Amino acid sequence: MMAMSPIPTIVHLTIQEARRRRVLAAGLLGGCAFLAVFGVAIGFAHADMVRSGTSFVERQAFLTLFTIAGFYAINFLSVLLAVLLPVDALSGEIDSGVMQTVASKPIRRADIVLGKWIGYLIIMAAYVGLLSAGVLVAGRLAAGYVQLYVARGLALMLLEIALLLTVSIAGGTRLSTVANGILGLGFYGMAFIGGIVEQIGGLAGVPSARTIGIAVSLVSPPDALWRMAAYHMQPSIMRGFVEGPPFLVSASVPNALMLWWAIGFMALTLAWAVRSFQRRAL
Amino acid sequence: MSETAIATRGLQKRFGPTLAVADLSLSVRAGEAFGFLGPNGAGKTTSIKMLLALVEPSGGTGTVLGAPLGDRAVRARIGFLPEHFRFHEYLTARELLRFHGRLYGLRGLPLDARIEDLLVRVDMLDAADRPLRGYSKGMLQRTGLAQALINDPALVFLDEPTSGLDPLGRLLVRDIVSELRARGTTVFVNSHLLGEVEATCDRVAFVKQGRVIHELALAGAPAGLELEMRVRPVDVEVVEGLGRFGTSVTVVGDNCVRMRVSGEHVIPDIARWLVERGVSVFALQGRRKSLEEWFVEVMGTDQRPG
Ligand SMILES: Nc1ncnc2c1ncn2[C@@H]1O[C@H](COP(=O)(O)OP(=O)(O)O)[C@@H](O)[C@H]1O
Ligand SMILES: [Mg+2]
Repeated sequence: MMAMSPIPTIVHLTIQEARRRRVLAAGLLGGCAFLAVFGVAIGFAHADMVRSGTSFVERQAFLTLFTIAGFYAINFLSVLLAVLLPVDALSGEIDSGVMQTVASKPIRRADIVLGKWIGYLIIMAAYVGLLSAGVLVAGRLAAGYVQLYVARGLALMLLEIALLLTVSIAGGTRLSTVANGILGLGFYGMAFIGGIVEQIGGLAGVPSARTIGIAVSLVSPPDALWRMAAYHMQPSIMRGFVEGPPFLVSASVPNALMLWWAIGFMALTLAWAVRSFQRRAL
Repeated sequence: MSETAIATRGLQKRFGPTLAVADLSLSVRAGEAFGFLGPNGAGKTTSIKMLLALVEPSGGTGTVLGAPLGDRAVRARIGFLPEHFRFHEYLTARELLRFHGRLYGLRGLPLDARIEDLLVRVDMLDAADRPLRGYSKGMLQRTGLAQALINDPALVFLDEPTSGLDPLGRLLVRDIVSELRARGTTVFVNSHLLGEVEATCDRVAFVKQGRVIHELALAGAPAGLELEMRVRPVDVEVVEGLGRFGTSVTVVGDNCVRMRVSGEHVIPDIARWLVERGVSVFALQGRRKSLEEWFVEVMGTDQRPG
């Protein structure tokens, strides 16, 4: 009887909660609005380029860039959802007392944290997957073929999302809901600013700015992961040649070490969350 | 199974400067219904939480069902209804019970059957497929009670189970506690509602500022009985004559006499004696000292309403 892990039960409840509280519906509604705008915009842009006789190669480069911009929007929506969805996962249930009935069961507290973590990860993967499919389908319908390497980019985006929701869950073991939301967004905001500083440093050839940016990325890796994702989505001939906004086309691409650092960062944060929750009076 | 369901020695809990529980030394026998009484803030809830390892004690030791506090396997045999029971309000009662059953490791048909039984028992069958969000306080409390019994526990903790319930709801709780006791389940009830506890518990402990200051067996009752009668006339002969049946005979107001006797068996003798002497008997009844009187006596008069 005790051999069965309670984690699937917690995962199931977490997904059920997101569905019943209409969080997913709201997220998908925002996503659909975005997809509609994206589809119309890329359709018109493509038609304009065809009419004005833009060359095929240029057109393809533009469409690729435009689609990556679409992924950037998905990234942004997912970042918000990843921080806000689990923001009161633990703190809310601790405050309301719901946690008392759950934690007094014959289960480990770690199972509760891990179950929620897995549940949110599944939700976010489904969300990112749906919106990504939406962008690709909209791009194909509106503009025909767009050259893009999605798989590795999506994997990197998911890692970024996983990292952010881990931070949000970890904060919830100690902080109130509002404080935790601010922490989560601040954590991402720091990464974002750090990314811009690093880009400008790279473009302008200012090494100190670049160093500062990299240092910030180490403290808060999410934005660096996005830039890696954007880089890997482009066809190799475009990398480093095409000019564009710095968050789409990177002047400074984080290397593989950053990837391992991000994974380690997430694992440590999750371990800390478990420990912190284990010690908490409920 | 050990004969002692709960044993603690010197359990203590500090929250910063607050000493929530000062020194909890308790022994609850397996199969008894135990009432834990005290004013608000006395440390009752914190005590239960330490026994369930929701809160780590600052000091002291204890065992529950023979295992040290927090033992995970033992928690499979424990049920718990927290104070102000809250839950996942987006679930229906049936879903909530299934969720908690699964956390106990129950699955499939046995779990489904158990859920149906309990829904019937707490009279929640007709609302079982509506979300808890729309439930009344009483319905929530009854759902919570079913949740506490889903694993057919050997030991149940009920923290203020009747607070917020209407008289019918209280009666239901009382019946369920009696049933549990009859089946040999140990029941630990926190309450400041003395009438409830008096009706259901074998033994009570009075707790004040985190210390057990008095224990009292209710089933075995304190020796003797207080007898009160309304008779006419009340004269010296009657008062002296009554002295043969008991002690401390006192006249309290017109036609009213109180005395202590050794037990109920004396009452018919007294009645017969009074009638034979031509004394009119309007009322004659024995009364135990109520829990409320004990409470006030034990707690002292320095208590302010909580
Ligand atoms: N988590 C906590 N943090 C700080 N103080 C607490 C906490 N829980 C309880 N207390 C304090 O401990 C004391 C006992 O509380 P409690 O166990 O809830 O009493 P009761 O259940 O008898 O009403 C109270 O003074 C309460 O304010
Ligand atoms: Mg209490």
